[in-house]
Amino acid sequence: MWEKNPVLFLVLAFCAIMAGSIVTMIAPFATVNTEADRVPGVKPYTALELAGRDIYIREGCNNCHTQTVRPLVADVLRYGPYSKSGEFVYDRPFLWGSRRTGPDLAREGGKYGDEWHYQHMRDPRSIVPESNMPAYAFLDHEKIDPDLTRRKMKVLGFPCTEADIKALAGKTAMDAMVAYLQKLGNDDNWREAAVVEYQGETKKPFEDDATIRKAGRRLYLEHCSGCHGSDRTGSIGPDISDIDMEEEELFNLIYGGIPGSGMPGFSNLGADRIWKMVTWLEHRGDE
Amino acid sequence: MKFPAPAGQRKEGDMERPQYDYAIVRDFVHWSIFWGIAAVLVGVLISFQLVAPKLNLAPWLSYGRLRPLHTNAGIFGWGIGSFFALFYYVTQRLCRTGIWSRKLARFQLWWFNATIAAAAVTLLLGYSQSKEYHELEWPLDIMIVVLWVVFSVNIVMTIVRRKEEQMYISLWYIMATLVGVAVLFIVNAAAVPVSLFKSYSAYAGTNDANVQWWFGHNAVAMVLTTPPLAIFYYFLPKSTGVPIYSHRLSIIAFWSLIFMYLWTGAHHLLWTPVPDWIQTLAMAFSLMLIAPSWGSVINGYLSMNGQWHQMRDNYLVKFLILGITFYGLQTLQGPLQAVRSFSAFIHYTEWVPGHVHMGTMGWVSMVLFAAIYYLTPKIYGREIYSEKLANLHFWLVLTGQLVYSVSMWIAGVMQASMWQAMNPDGSLTYSFVEVLSKLYPYWWVRGASGIIYLAGVAVFVYNLYMTAKNGRAVAEAAA
Ligand code: HEC
Ligand code: HEC
Ligand code: HEM
Ligand code: HEM
Repeated sequence: MWEKNPVLFLVLAFCAIMAGSIVTMIAPFATVNTEADRVPGVKPYTALELAGRDIYIREGCNNCHTQTVRPLVADVLRYGPYSKSGEFVYDRPFLWGSRRTGPDLAREGGKYGDEWHYQHMRDPRSIVPESNMPAYAFLDHEKIDPDLTRRKMKVLGFPCTEADIKALAGKTAMDAMVAYLQKLGNDDNWREAAVVEYQGETKKPFEDDATIRKAGRRLYLEHCSGCHGSDRTGSIGPDISDIDMEEEELFNLIYGGIPGSGMPGFSNLGADRIWKMVTWLEHRGDE
Repeated sequence: MKFPAPAGQRKEGDMERPQYDYAIVRDFVHWSIFWGIAAVLVGVLISFQLVAPKLNLAPWLSYGRLRPLHTNAGIFGWGIGSFFALFYYVTQRLCRTGIWSRKLARFQLWWFNATIAAAAVTLLLGYSQSKEYHELEWPLDIMIVVLWVVFSVNIVMTIVRRKEEQMYISLWYIMATLVGVAVLFIVNAAAVPVSLFKSYSAYAGTNDANVQWWFGHNAVAMVLTTPPLAIFYYFLPKSTGVPIYSHRLSIIAFWSLIFMYLWTGAHHLLWTPVPDWIQTLAMAFSLMLIAPSWGSVINGYLSMNGQWHQMRDNYLVKFLILGITFYGLQTLQGPLQAVRSFSAFIHYTEWVPGHVHMGTMGWVSMVLFAAIYYLTPKIYGREIYSEKLANLHFWLVLTGQLVYSVSMWIAGVMQASMWQAMNPDGSLTYSFVEVLSKLYPYWWVRGASGIIYLAGVAVFVYNLYMTAKNGRAVAEAAA
């Protein structure tokens, strides 16, 4: 009997463990990452992006950031189109993470300009005062090792020429990190394609009064001041203290953003709040 | 029943009684406590880093590198270290024979410490595979394989040479742990090295995720469930003096537990690109897991029939019964989290650390504290220095753990509701940063709970120290 025979016991225990393992862990290899999963346009990492990805792993960014957008309304509104299996075929290891202490990064690419990322990585609280993300300014002082990167590209079988490796000379860990972040989930340039035009009447839904302006100012400080400065005179983004735009044009600009320029779209705030900001912005210099 | 003298006092060549090796048990206990303190200290530090990011003092002391150090020191240093100690103790007693090879066990002790120390150093240096609970890079993986083989051989050979025909329940859980960890670890470790401390996973993307969480969840099964159960099934009857209620229930609970666990890994991946049918299986098996889990809980409770007064006058029973109660709560909460709709809500939130720490600080650590207290007469030859302090220790760790979990559950529900909240026009009500800013009060409370727990651990260590130094010597027969 098994209670008296350790060898028999070990064999039985092994079988009990293997049943579920074979079905849920081994069998999926037959279908996952096959042609059926393919997502057109997904590209392997370049040498610089790969170096950045390895620094992401080294610094344990995955302890605070996930990289999968779930097919749930709130996820999609907040982060972008939900993630598909085929987008991850070049990821060894996967970096989906399990905690969102910070926001999901699966669709981070192209959301902000490079300059935003450099400043944010060096000092997150200079852009987002409430942030608890550690500062990574030290990445500026570290050079990427071209020889090691060449070897990595070879092991992973990613296309890479000597010119690509040469181009790594002088690149810092920070350059690599930003290059990686800008690639994330953006191989198909979905942001440019997805610039949302507001479907509806572009007309200010309320009168220009002090409470609306106050609300608009509060919203501005929360969503825009990181780039345009709390006094609207600009930092990463331009000075907008004295803009000269039709209110409809301004509304559409904020709603859809300016693709590829570093000015993100804010359609997920909803029309109401954008109109409030427009109201405040039009009211130049007014507090 | 006769007990041999504690290690230090035993005369060599005393052949009538089995030659138990308690010195190795004691040394493993000491080292596991050492790593446990490190884990809790780092836990407290990272909780405060989340409210005061200035505490990310240097690259190697930043949150992203310390969090894996915390989990590894907690699960592998404190958890597995104690399991080594207690498995050696329990196996010797249940087999009524000494360890197969004392030399090998000695070697294992130092190999274990070398591995954990190397783990700490490499994690701080940022050498990581990034996979949760499997962060260590390939050279350390090799050290771990050696460690596990040495341990398994020693335990299995001891069992093979046992003097007691029947293998008691604890031995089943111990052997399941040996096989389970070996299979999980080897499969998830597959990687191609590019340099001494860098490797790339053998699996890509969705496959990698699925393999990792098959491993990850079953690390919970084979490290945070079966070993504490082995210990519980041995030390509860030993502490109360009455046997386990039902042997048949133990058999059913055991086999169904180790069969079902392996199907559930994908409940960590609900709503991700992992194929739907795997997620559905994981959800179904997670719900079924309530039965075998509660099989053990009920077995424990019913063993207390007529003995509940011991909750008042036996501090060991207090730790054990609270421990199994947290296990019971954990195995109700876990299956709930594995339901798709609930996962959509609380996945990725603060709720999950609440769940985790009820398991680790409550269930696992409570059972370990009880077992170690039970061992003091055996390993020091002395009665516990102070039962009062043991009770204080109990209340401090219980308070710390409850405050931790409850504050995180509340924070998690609030965070989840805010993340999902929508305006009538279909836009999101709160930005990510607005939600973040609401979490700080809860994180402060969590930090405070960590300090309470740490104080409890300090009382524990002091009590053991005073026992070893000047507790009352045990009267030989009463040991
Ligand atoms: C302690 C947790 C933590 C760690 C570790 C961490 N972050 Fe963050 N991160 C945050 C939080 C919180 C935010 C949101 C506030 C902000 O923008 O600073 C954030 C925001 C970001 C953003 C902006 C996201 C967006 O769309 O607005 C990027 C990019 C980012 N982090 C990258 C990284 C990288 C790269 C690392 C590793 C080098 C890292 N983070 C490590 C917590 C963390
Ligand atoms: C991540 C940084 C960033 C954030 C956040 C941001 N902007 Fe911008 N914004 C930019 C950049 C960069 C430009 C310049 C784009 C270009 O070159 O055309 C810009 C351009 C603009 C312009 C056009 C200026 C002009 O003179 O053409 C307006 C208006 C504007 N932003 C308003 C806002 C408002 C309102 C918000 C908050 C809802 C906001 N921005 C948030 C970066 C940002
Ligand atoms: C029937 C038993 C259990 C089930 C079905 C279960 C289920 C789950 C689920 C679904 C999650 C993922 C939560 C999320 O991220 O959304 C989780 C996380 C976790 N559980 Fe449990 N749980 C069980 C028991 C336990 C026990 C006894 C422990 C012991 C300590 C434990 C420790 C953990 C840990 C450490 C995690 C975090 C994993 C991570 O994301 O890093 N669980 N559990
Ligand atoms: C004073 C006691 C402790 C404190 C203050 C503490 C604190 C923390 C913190 C802050 C985190 C990160 C949570 C997050 O991601 O937001 C964490 C994670 C974790 N801790 Fe602890 N911890 C303590 C004790 C322990 C012990 C004793 C163990 C194990 C035996 C443990 C195991 C873990 C695990 C497995 C995780 C990962 C959870 C996840 O992935 O969701 N902790 N802890």
